[in-house]
Amino acid sequence: MTLISLAGVNKHFGDYHALRDIDLEIREGEFFSLLGPSGCGKTTLLRLIAGFEAPDIGTLHIDGRDMAGVGPNLRPTNMVFQSYAIFPHLTVAENVGFGLRRAQMDKPDRARAVDEALEMVGLAGYGIRAANALSGGQRQRVALARALILKPKVLLLDEPLSALDKKIREQMQVELMKLQREVGITFILVTHDQEEALVMSDRIAVMFEGGIGQLNDPETLYRRPASKRVAGFIGMMNFLNGRVTATGPEIAVEVAGLGRYRVPAEQAPGGVEEGPVTIGIRPETLSLLFEGERTDRMEVAGRVDEVVYYGDMTYYDVAVAGIDKPLTLSMKNRIGRPVLDVGSPTRVAWDERSLVLLGR
Amino acid sequence: MARAALTAGGKRGLILVSPPFLYALLLLAVPLATILLFSFWTQDYLDIDTRFTLANYVEAFNDPLYMQLLRRSLLIAGAVTLVTVVLAFPIAYFVSFHVAPGRKSLWLFLITIPFWTSYLIRVFLWKVILGYNGVLNSGLTGLGLIDEPLSVILYNANAVVITLAHAFAPFAILPIFVALEKIDRSLLEASMDLGETRATTFLRVTLPLAMPGVVAAVLIVFIPTIGDYVTPRLVGGPDGLMIANMIQTQFLKLNNAPMGATLAVLAMLSVTAVSLLFIWLNRRWLRGPK
Repeated sequence: MTLISLAGVNKHFGDYHALRDIDLEIREGEFFSLLGPSGCGKTTLLRLIAGFEAPDIGTLHIDGRDMAGVGPNLRPTNMVFQSYAIFPHLTVAENVGFGLRRAQMDKPDRARAVDEALEMVGLAGYGIRAANALSGGQRQRVALARALILKPKVLLLDEPLSALDKKIREQMQVELMKLQREVGITFILVTHDQEEALVMSDRIAVMFEGGIGQLNDPETLYRRPASKRVAGFIGMMNFLNGRVTATGPEIAVEVAGLGRYRVPAEQAPGGVEEGPVTIGIRPETLSLLFEGERTDRMEVAGRVDEVVYYGDMTYYDVAVAGIDKPLTLSMKNRIGRPVLDVGSPTRVAWDERSLVLLGR
Repeated sequence: MARAALTAGGKRGLILVSPPFLYALLLLAVPLATILLFSFWTQDYLDIDTRFTLANYVEAFNDPLYMQLLRRSLLIAGAVTLVTVVLAFPIAYFVSFHVAPGRKSLWLFLITIPFWTSYLIRVFLWKVILGYNGVLNSGLTGLGLIDEPLSVILYNANAVVITLAHAFAPFAILPIFVALEKIDRSLLEASMDLGETRATTFLRVTLPLAMPGVVAAVLIVFIPTIGDYVTPRLVGGPDGLMIANMIQTQFLKLNNAPMGATLAVLAMLSVTAVSLLFIWLNRRWLRGPK
């Protein structure tokens, strides 16, 4: 069921066109992400849903109600701010209970609600602490508890994890997903971190320059990006030049350095026309063939150009005749599998099913 | 032990700190100590009797004139502080929240322009404005709003309050402005997001966070006004005189420096008492800095 719907939303700041013709439906209970580089309008869109900005043109409905002229204090949304916006003059409990003052609740009930909210985010017993004595991760939990205690229909998260270090960030990703499943509230997450969006979301809208580039579930977005931009923004991707010679249910394509192939139309999710085309191949769909190894896939000869060792994985750049840029590929490190040196001749195995045709 | 602790580094530290220390000693401690010392002496016609006595304090507490002046000084300084801070807050708020960031320093600059003129000249100008035939009275008479010039606005305590409130306005505006500038704007959005209106957000978030600035403004205005001498002298009339005028009279006219010193010490003590009270109130109730 649709909870939030935006239709034809445009927003300008002076000459700057922050949002262009946004049409978007967000379902009840889903974990939805707005993903994009900085300046793409994702935060503006979130602030518009929260009520801090109003669209110049277009409409916004939340739970069937038109939100035009409805202030942020009257919307069924609550926000976790990027800076967390914890009130420095209040204790943790006062912060969490801030929004309850309006609720018709007597004191013991309010205190119980605050305790429950703190427990939910793993901060039981922190209530009497001063808010400015907390660490970054704890502040974020307080901000979450403060928003969730009001039982909003939608929780808005503005880059909530960007200020945390890697370990805590990964831990919080999992906790946020669990929390979202427990409370069943719609979460809308703004992030510039594609990995974060892929890990946490049910659906992702990738935004560029104020518009939505692609809206899909994480797997489709990763495996079938509709444009070169989306493909380049999400994960790593090798881009090859090519030419489409025939279209239809099967597309005939000539890939520079790799030869001619026929692929089903679903491998061109954005649609293609005859003529020059960009072809994407993910690094993990390619593999190196070590000495004496045979494959039933296709193979092409090359030379190792660069080796980046990550512990669990090794990334190789392999120069192949006829391809202007070296192909990047990733290999799992296994017992008995050597790490090749730069300059070693090698062979790369690949599969035409992993080609993604990206229109211009 | 103390000798052993005085290492080379310690010595260098002492040498470094001695110029400001001497400076502070000469300019702060010596005059204060002198005043304190004088207050325990007595004037014996032309000479000063340097025997220790509390006679001046006994006299100061028993003479209703001194106590009345002290009480009036406290009241006037309190009224000036109240008026100044209450008027300064909206100005500071406006500049901080509604002036474009690039324009803020211009606004602060404009606020200080009246203060390029000498304090004395500004007090005289208030005399021109508030006088019997002054700008205000002739203006109001000309408009037919009043039949005869108002007499409540010059040569009394009201005139002192108006003049001092104007004189100290920037000293109140600036600390409040700084405190407001430091407030993270996302806190105000968070408050709105949590269901508060603009007005309740102001009361629950903006005002408590601006309190350190307000306290600073109160102290900055209150402390110097209680000892102000020029303004009551020029626009105060007989009913607007304050304790500083009496101190001046004691030192220069009555040739009774010990009594003047005693009154000065009493004035300082009242300032201290009121300031401590205010700081305590701030910590206890207004959640100021602990």
